[in-house]
Amino acid sequence: MDLTTLTYLVVGATFALYMGIAVWARAGSTGEFYAAGGGVHPVANGMATGADWMSAASFISMAGLIAFQGYDASIFLMGWTGGYVLLALCLAPYLRKFGKFTVPDFIGDRFYSSTARIVAVACLIIASITYVIGQMKGIGVAFSRFLDVDYATGLYAGMGIVFFYAVLGGMKGVTYTQIAQYCVLIFAYTVPAIFISLNITGNPIPQLGFLGDTADGTPFMVKLDQTLVDLGFAEYTAQKGNTFNILMYTLSLMFGTAGLPHVIIRFFTVPKVADARTSAGWALLFIAILYTTAPAVGSMARLNLTNTVQTGPVGSAEGNLAYAERPDWFKKWENTGLLAFEDKNGDGRIQYYNDKNADFNAKAAEFGWKGNELVKVDPDIMVLANPEIAQLPNWVIALVAAGGLAAALSTAAGLLLAISSAISHDLLKSTFMPDISEKAELNAARISMAGAILVAGYLGLNPPGFAAQVVALAFGLAAASIFPVLMMGIFSTRINNHGAVAGMLVGLVSTLVYIFTYKGWLFIPGTEMLANTPDNWFLGISPEAFGALGALLNFVTANIVTGMTKPVPEHIRHMVEDIRVPKGAGAAQSH
Amino acid sequence: MAFKSEDDKKAYWSRNINLMITLLVIWALVSYGFGIVLRPMLDAIPVGGVGLGFWFAQQGSIYAFLVIVFFYAKKMRELDKEFGVDE
Repeated sequence: MDLTTLTYLVVGATFALYMGIAVWARAGSTGEFYAAGGGVHPVANGMATGADWMSAASFISMAGLIAFQGYDASIFLMGWTGGYVLLALCLAPYLRKFGKFTVPDFIGDRFYSSTARIVAVACLIIASITYVIGQMKGIGVAFSRFLDVDYATGLYAGMGIVFFYAVLGGMKGVTYTQIAQYCVLIFAYTVPAIFISLNITGNPIPQLGFLGDTADGTPFMVKLDQTLVDLGFAEYTAQKGNTFNILMYTLSLMFGTAGLPHVIIRFFTVPKVADARTSAGWALLFIAILYTTAPAVGSMARLNLTNTVQTGPVGSAEGNLAYAERPDWFKKWENTGLLAFEDKNGDGRIQYYNDKNADFNAKAAEFGWKGNELVKVDPDIMVLANPEIAQLPNWVIALVAAGGLAAALSTAAGLLLAISSAISHDLLKSTFMPDISEKAELNAARISMAGAILVAGYLGLNPPGFAAQVVALAFGLAAASIFPVLMMGIFSTRINNHGAVAGMLVGLVSTLVYIFTYKGWLFIPGTEMLANTPDNWFLGISPEAFGALGALLNFVTANIVTGMTKPVPEHIRHMVEDIRVPKGAGAAQSH
Repeated sequence: MAFKSEDDKKAYWSRNINLMITLLVIWALVSYGFGIVLRPMLDAIPVGGVGLGFWFAQQGSIYAFLVIVFFYAKKMRELDKEFGVDE
């Protein structure tokens, strides 16, 4: 069976499975949507959280960034797992005890102010939409490859399916569908990793293999470093960025993980406070399976890609792959526009090296090379292309396509749900139109969902970075706006309504302005104020890493403003003391 | 209030906070410490052709996070029981 047919079959079968589950779960549990956690085992809940959490950025994009950035991409590995420690230790148990469903609900009540609630909704929507842009980029990449069309057409197809999926799947038995999606995506991620690790190092466990030895006895990492250095690239294991930026970037991702509303919500639905603590652990365990595999996937993909192009000794006339003999996957990815070759020296062979390295350029000139000829390799294609580069069987390749789509769709649906419920529930029902009918509320949710998809799709056409980087911006925004007020709301009885509102605004606006300065206003190309290069960054902090500083500004502002305004009323103090006691959590209520 | 006395309430909260801070110190040490700032030192210990610092950045910190979260959950269950605020 040829690859295209097989891909359609596997993707079609998994979609049928999700929809079957959605319909089946609905039959038993209509109206139980909000209480779903009550009947779900903490382990199952952890799996569902894993699927919700691991997005196109984790599945499709992260290993690609690891492949090209090496050690520096550790920020994603540590940042997106370390945030769960903050969630489990500092937020989940207390928010569960508080017993409402949405993050703006908590902020609105704890800071006794509907202004605080509205500002929280604004923060939530801005962070979530940025996050959805990242998903759209991933979905566009996946669809363009498997429908064999250019990136834009793939993106439109993806937008249609996400809308259909979010409206249908979002309202129904989400938890069970997500368990199925977790199984599909983790299977799809680990199976090719095991094969490739066996091929290169003979060790079936990728976590050990990438630090093991290759067939000739040299450690794999030493071999990879050497291969890259031979072509003028920096060593894979060397640190390239400045240490302060790496620290701030990791901190932003961790704060953002703990502040992103669609993740926090998952811990509101478990039965007890003690379950909220363990549930975070289970979620982290299921996430860790992918995250500890990713460094192996990324590093081995880099070696395989390089060796595919550089078939012989560097500099020898026959050492480079002839363009006419390029493999099938190369041609397919060229069609999407995400991989591009330009025969600069007219020899009909592909030279892939670092032409920004002055020392190596002198050597390259001797070989008769006139510049790097792989003029575009979008890192987001690496995970999807990986099994093909490694010449794995077709069913593995088809499986990876299904896994990537499962990851992107489950997260996009979760985020769109968070956006639409923030608008219909927190803004309309709780604030502006308390008399709104249930039907009108539902319609408002659907309209805002469609609006969010259109905005994200439009911005996905000109994404401000690779999927994982766009997602990192969303984390920075959540880190700067939502995370600090949640922490202050729980661990301080002192911070008042004015302090929280001012803090959130300062954190959100400072981070947005910093991002837009380098990425363009509203991400529109050409409107950047400064070039996005390390020399221009404030204290060497990249736009993705600014969230940690935004969080600090938020915290400081909230404390100063609180000091100048009326203290917190007595009943709010009691409320804060009450959420610190696990007993008597009861079932979560909508209102 | 579920606590027997105001002192109990204070004691419970301060033990929770102490445990939390201890674990957060370890959390920061394995990631920001071992994985980033102290990496040059730790890499003197070779692991798989690279070094221990690299291993912490790409593997070890994640395993440590898991242990931290489950340890906290276990300790807090015991603490809740001791003060009679468990469910």
